Amino acid sequence: MSARAAGEPLVRAVNVHKSFGHVEVLRGVDLDVHAGEVVCLLGPSGSGKTTFLRCLNALERIDGGRIRVDGELIGLEERGGRLHRLTDRRLAEQRRDIGMVFQRFNLFPHMTALENVVEAPVRVRGVAKAQARERALALLERVGLADRVHSYPAQLSGGQQQRVAIARALAMRPKLMLFDEPTSALDPELVGEVLAVMRELAADGTTMVVVTHEVAFAREVADQVVFMDGGVVVERGAPADVIGSPRHERTRTFLARVRDDG
Amino acid sequence: MSGRGPVEDARPGRIDAVEVRHPWRWVALAVIAVLVAMLAHLLVTSPAFDWAFTLEVMNQTAVIRGLLLGTLLMTVLAMVIAVVVGVLLAIARLSDNPLLSGSAWVYTWFFRSVPRYVLLFLTGTLGALFADGLSLGVPFDFLLTDVLGTPELRFFSVDQATVYAWLGGYAGGVLALGLSEAAYMAEIARAGLLSVDRGQHEAAAALGMTQRQVMRRIVLPQAMRVIVPPTGNEVIAMVKDTSLLSALPVTVELFYQVTLISGRTYQVLPALAAAVIYYLVLTSVLMVGQHFLERRFGRGFGRGPGARTAAAGVAVGPGAQK
Repeated sequence: MSARAAGEPLVRAVNVHKSFGHVEVLRGVDLDVHAGEVVCLLGPSGSGKTTFLRCLNALERIDGGRIRVDGELIGLEERGGRLHRLTDRRLAEQRRDIGMVFQRFNLFPHMTALENVVEAPVRVRGVAKAQARERALALLERVGLADRVHSYPAQLSGGQQQRVAIARALAMRPKLMLFDEPTSALDPELVGEVLAVMRELAADGTTMVVVTHEVAFAREVADQVVFMDGGVVVERGAPADVIGSPRHERTRTFLARVRDDG
Repeated sequence: MSGRGPVEDARPGRIDAVEVRHPWRWVALAVIAVLVAMLAHLLVTSPAFDWAFTLEVMNQTAVIRGLLLGTLLMTVLAMVIAVVVGVLLAIARLSDNPLLSGSAWVYTWFFRSVPRYVLLFLTGTLGALFADGLSLGVPFDFLLTDVLGTPELRFFSVDQATVYAWLGGYAGGVLALGLSEAAYMAEIARAGLLSVDRGQHEAAAALGMTQRQVMRRIVLPQAMRVIVPPTGNEVIAMVKDTSLLSALPVTVELFYQVTLISGRTYQVLPALAAAVIYYLVLTSVLMVGQHFLERRFGRGFGRGPGARTAAAGVAVGPGAQK
């Protein structure tokens, strides 16, 4: 199934460019993520890190460069010596294997927590309802919400909603999990419960790309920290290096500011 | 003040204040009470009314048939067409395809511009367009016949008289009311679709749902919350617009039947009172139905009649926690 050669990274993004109108948001971003690795993207707002994350599952279409996930070209297809943009249907197929967790949770408000988690496996993967339900219950238990499975999102706290959102993404058994500032919309006392779930996922060997402002989390959990600014990668490496002893002035300024805030 | 303690205290306790008085409410109550009494007196004593006759009109088979078939069933059928076509138009209007969105706009523009009474008259005369009847087959097959000598490519045909009968009768009424209402429903559905947060589309897309699934499973059910209340109003308006059907003419219809009776008996006011009472009853029933529909589609939202009590301190509604 996998079109990826042994030893090759799960995610390989090369020279990714993206513009919104005349504004170039990504100006040649490279990133390799190996299976089981946790990569944290840090950077000031407007640095392009969220846009880059959204390119990885084709929520944004890129103007230049290539993104491969598990060897498969994202959003594009090579046919007859030319690149073709993928149809909506094909894009949907690619997204099945990539889980995403959003800053504002985006749970389906008209469905209970359980229904949120069951929906995609049943509708998209064609999993039998009973089986999907069983797995959803297990996932909700894993994120500590066994007692809230029949609650609607509006009845849950932000931290609980985000944990349901994580369970919802995991239910598709993705090869890769994307997190877009998963704790930025949370009250400070609710951040910990979401980070705890993410820490556990990382320990279980889930491949994760996390856009975050939680420097302490990045330092503790990440295998690789990437600092972006102005649509390019300024600095990357082990968390001890990038966070512990940043080489670039921009990284230092950013880290100093983030630490002052929190 | 004596015995009540000082107004100012070092550590103020329970507030024992005089509530704001509303003297004008009592004045309004008195005025309205008098007006209601006058109206009741008029209804009971005026010789222009004849309630026994009104009741008799309400019990006539033709009137009841008109109520059930011409008013009630017609409303249901027209609204079914209107909702289905309206939602499709709204989706077309919001599509990236300029041809689709343009066509939807033109449709809405046409049907919103033509008064419903005029449209019904027009529908009754449309049979004139089908001098050779109406057929289902290959378009412009007669041109092919001229050039290629192929036979007529038609699978199903009806003659002009049938077309006249259809368009000038009940089917024409359903069609005209339904298609014209669809233009209004399209605007309502569009507002509903736009009310759903972009994040919902994205979350569903990120799970690998196709656009059709996103629309059916995620967006439309949420849009319904916004679509249902104004649709209730449209249904009620449609009940009343069925009284225009005599333009076609459709004769199995409440108002038309009542005018027949009033014309025959010269008992105009009592006969019309029968129709008014039926319209009041129908509308009241629909308002109750609307209430339950709103509750059904308000599921999971902390507002409206379907509100579920959320735990204290929990922000309510989508996007409440930004």
